[in-house]
Amino acid sequence: MKAKVHITLKNGVLDPQGKAVEHALHGLGFPSVGDVRQGKFIELTLTETDKAKAKSQVEAMCKALLANTVIENYSVEVMD
Amino acid sequence: MKAAVIVFPGSNCDRDVAVALHQSIGAAPTMVWHRDTSLPDLDLIVVPGGFSYGDYLRCGAMGAHSPVMKEIKKAADKGVRVLGICNGFQVITEAGLLPGVLMRNRGLKYVCKDVHLKVEDSQSAFTTKYSVGDVVRIPIGHGEGNYFADDETLKRLDGDGLVAFRYCTPAGELTDDANPNGSQRNIAGIFNKSRTVLGMMPHPERLSDPKLGGTDGRKMFESLVETLS
Repeated sequence: MKAKVHITLKNGVLDPQGKAVEHALHGLGFPSVGDVRQGKFIELTLTETDKAKAKSQVEAMCKALLANTVIENYSVEVMD
Repeated sequence: MKAAVIVFPGSNCDRDVAVALHQSIGAAPTMVWHRDTSLPDLDLIVVPGGFSYGDYLRCGAMGAHSPVMKEIKKAADKGVRVLGICNGFQVITEAGLLPGVLMRNRGLKYVCKDVHLKVEDSQSAFTTKYSVGDVVRIPIGHGEGNYFADDETLKRLDGDGLVAFRYCTPAGELTDDANPNGSQRNIAGIFNKSRTVLGMMPHPERLSDPKLGGTDGRKMFESLVETLS
């Protein structure tokens, strides 16, 4: 079973990398780009076969290590 | 004073701080490897600067879950003083010994220079040799020193007098220009509630000897020796 984890900065937390990417895209001729927020994507392979259990395990991993919940949100997607 | 310096793979200020401690204590501190699962009897634990575990995932995140960190937490609970410098500040913050988080610098760049700090406390074991309002010169060298905490935490830190140092001008003014990394409220270092744990981005060990160009950092080690010996 595989899990995909998206980690993003919470609203209101300054994202200087996202801002730099936004400015670079404007400079490259993409004026339609609005706000850019950069995050992390982590893919995990799990031995667990129960989808609900796998999801709760990965959520525990997010809280323990993968995300810093002071500044980051996470979302977990589990698939076969 | 019995002191230990924690060594992670990627620590690079462990020897520097050991030299500074040796000078002030008159004896060498114990160097403790990150995999160790026991600590000797100690008065002070230093979590040094560097790039523990290559800053993988987030700076300090892997170090915060290393085997020795459980022992550091236990010792901190008993009142053993813990000093986290630079990456050490990031590690002990990730480990939950201090609130908040160190984010990427506002200007995105790694900043390596001397900065001025306003001393906000002279009561802790780390700061007795300083006076409140002193302006000291201490070097920084970091890409992720932008202190962030929610408003409630910031109010509590200020209300309880738990901010140890703030970035300031040479004249002691807390301006935005004097803030090298975008830290909220110009925060350069904070204490835990009991003022037994201090985390700071600047490196006192880098200006702790006249041969290094200054001694403003040495007072911190002398404070610790005076209080804990």
